[in-house]
Amino acid sequence: MSQTTSLVAAARAKREGAVGRFVRDPLGVVAALVVVFVIIASAIAPLLPLPDPGLTVLRDAMQPPSADHLLGTDSSGRDVLSRLLWGGQVNLLGAALAVAIALMVGLPTGLIAGYFGGRFDAVANWFNNLNMAMPGIVILLAVRAVAGPSVWVSMAVFGVLLAPSVFRIVRASVQAVRNELYVDAARVSGLGNGRIIGRHVLTVVRAPVIIQTARLGSIAIAIQAGLEFLGIADSSLPSWGSMLNEGFRRIFVDPMLVVWPSVAIGLTTMGLILLGNAMRDALEDGGSGSTTKTGRTAPAADGSAPRSPLLSVRELEVSYGTGEEQKTVVQRVDLDIEPGEVLGLVGESGSGKSQTAFSVLGLLPEGGWVSRGSVLFEGTELTGMTRRQRGRLRGTDIAYIPQEPLSNLDPAYRIGHQLTEPLRATQGMSRSEARELALSLLARVGIPDPEATFRAYPHEISGGMAQRVLIAGAVAGKPKLLIADEPTTALDVTVQAEVLDLLRDLQQENEMAVLLVTHNFGVVADICDRVTVMQAGRIVESGSVEQMLEAPQDDYTRTLLDSMLDSGGPVRAYAGEETDEGEQT
Amino acid sequence: MTGPQPLLSVDELEVVYKGRGGKSFQALKGVSLDIRAGETVGLVGESGSGKTTIGRAILGLAKASSGRITFDGRDITHLPHRERRDLAKDIQVVFQDPYTSLNPSMTVADILAEPLLIQGRTKRDAYGRVRELLDRVQLPSDASERLPREFSGGQRQRVAIARAIALEPRLIICDEPVSALDLTTQARVLDQLIEIQEDSGVAYLFVSHDLGVVRHISHRVTVLYRGEIVEQGEVDQVTARPEHPYTQRLFMSAPVADVTQQRIRREQRRQLATEGKNTR
Repeated sequence: MSQTTSLVAAARAKREGAVGRFVRDPLGVVAALVVVFVIIASAIAPLLPLPDPGLTVLRDAMQPPSADHLLGTDSSGRDVLSRLLWGGQVNLLGAALAVAIALMVGLPTGLIAGYFGGRFDAVANWFNNLNMAMPGIVILLAVRAVAGPSVWVSMAVFGVLLAPSVFRIVRASVQAVRNELYVDAARVSGLGNGRIIGRHVLTVVRAPVIIQTARLGSIAIAIQAGLEFLGIADSSLPSWGSMLNEGFRRIFVDPMLVVWPSVAIGLTTMGLILLGNAMRDALEDGGSGSTTKTGRTAPAADGSAPRSPLLSVRELEVSYGTGEEQKTVVQRVDLDIEPGEVLGLVGESGSGKSQTAFSVLGLLPEGGWVSRGSVLFEGTELTGMTRRQRGRLRGTDIAYIPQEPLSNLDPAYRIGHQLTEPLRATQGMSRSEARELALSLLARVGIPDPEATFRAYPHEISGGMAQRVLIAGAVAGKPKLLIADEPTTALDVTVQAEVLDLLRDLQQENEMAVLLVTHNFGVVADICDRVTVMQAGRIVESGSVEQMLEAPQDDYTRTLLDSMLDSGGPVRAYAGEETDEGEQT
Repeated sequence: MTGPQPLLSVDELEVVYKGRGGKSFQALKGVSLDIRAGETVGLVGESGSGKTTIGRAILGLAKASSGRITFDGRDITHLPHRERRDLAKDIQVVFQDPYTSLNPSMTVADILAEPLLIQGRTKRDAYGRVRELLDRVQLPSDASERLPREFSGGQRQRVAIARAIALEPRLIICDEPVSALDLTTQARVLDQLIEIQEDSGVAYLFVSHDLGVVRHISHRVTVLYRGEIVEQGEVDQVTARPEHPYTQRLFMSAPVADVTQQRIRREQRRQLATEGKNTR
């Protein structure tokens, strides 16, 4: 219970995190302040005691900064600060127009295409590909030639050109949730498509769209300034691009005339991009970074007890994070596996059974580290080894079979390649030797047509076949210890029985020791010699299989065994329909 | 609504999934079963057997290519959207994966109130019922303002059950509702489902790959293999003394937590397998 509440507390802290994480990112805060400052400064330009941005006073041309003109004047005697702020209005509004149009076009089409798919999706995709293939600047020049020098027309057209990037991001995220079970559950509840999109799909699209909007805004500002600089846009309006154009012509007279609009454009676009990045970090990847630190392993204190010659684990502790954030998930675990022995490591989720197995393999997930203890394999201490040494050991003496066989095969390579590659790397075999061995291994693990499987890609075989392939790969190096993490949990029960048969045969043939992580006492009874039961990071009980299954000493072990539902239990009797009160209606 | 007419009957149902490049896959090849009010029918099969598809077809999430589904005397095989919405009051679902069946960005209260609001209850009424529902599945009432990710798998599955019973349906399709849960949690959730059934008289179509789980909760069991029913009958007979070779294989394959018994079972299974090969 206490574990659950602390987990809940941790999760709560995470929920407040999205805003919290953003605030703690200094770059993001500075970027946000810059963007807000630019927007406010431009917005209040009409309220400030500034000269009219278009007011030409030739007598005051090219003046240095003074009390009347804080940033000086340009070649027509116009106030630079006034033009900068009024120009900001034009540039920000132009960018906003482009982004708004991109969203108006891209968002609904992306939603419809992603949610319904089918013909609309095909047509919309085609249009978007065409749009992206067209050269944007050429189109904008053509529009200018036809419609005249209007900033607004140009930016509206540019918005249409930006729409595909919104369309694609929306379509992809909608496609990802379209088949989620909670969308199905909403359908079963009677929600129509419109309300499903509104309630369940839009929330998923929100974060990527906000981020994309900031990026598109910066692109639009840069493009608009570029158009104005080229003189394509309306020169009667004050704008950063036209100021740049004008300053560029006077660069040898007063270089500051180029600097001010450049600073404005640079700050705003950089601010928007950094803001987008900071929002992505805050919204999308939750709290990484701080937990990836690891510390030093403290040695085991007590070295007196006899240790197994094959694998001996003493006082193993596995932690995530360091310092105050350090969370220990495995607490002082002792294990011994004799050569040729099968040890079952049993527990529920969160018991630390997989963490224990992974620390023997040296494959703890990112942020996890062995904070205490000793792992002795054939007399060699593993905890102090380098990554490379651990890797060499895994290729030969210690092998591993995962829980999800298909996700442990690379979909891009054929099975044969994935089997022969490690053989050639770790055992220095030639291509033909490795191929021969792989084929004989595939035949050995009971694959009916080894040649065909050798040539197949992972998606072409079933989960049971994939697990056989991984077992073939694992035993290829004749390992002394095989670590199997729930190797049959993802498989059908008839396939599970066959895979267990295979594991037992291979184990006996090669006199291989096995550390089998599982939650299923039936699997334990089938294959293990000894069992260790774990709960909340600690070992509660260890013993021989017979003793543990027939006369468990610990209450928790007994609870686990009692929770097993098997074919001997009582059955329910159907009381008939008269108990159903709803029947009269 | 008198007489022995079942609550739901599925008659010669066929479902064909169209794949890419014109390839199609027949998930169900003429399946018939019925469920009486207040009854649990267990549906056992391995991956690809079509057991989930039956549930989805009843829910209107998969399209029947032929056959008939009748609920309470009414043909619901191909219902237009509006009528399907009305049916939501009567037929609900609990999915396998409690991690993806709850919208991660909605609070528990919003998740539970949603079906009630769609059926036209007032906001006040719907949110008032949320506490009652949480109570029903033994979750603390302060759970309502939290997000699904703050709960464990078993607790999430309770939320999913609460959502399913919110409209007081007469049939709940349970699609492997406990197979993602830990052993001890699994037993608790099953007992909760049984208790709800005894109180409310709801019927379950309980889809699972686990004979032990199905035996615990069902009154009758149907065994599916590659889109066809291979065995159907009373729970004790099907799960303890199966007649069809496939059900026997299924039964023998499930390992038991007893070393001697398991050894016997293993040998019987191997014998069955070699016999099967010889007769083929």
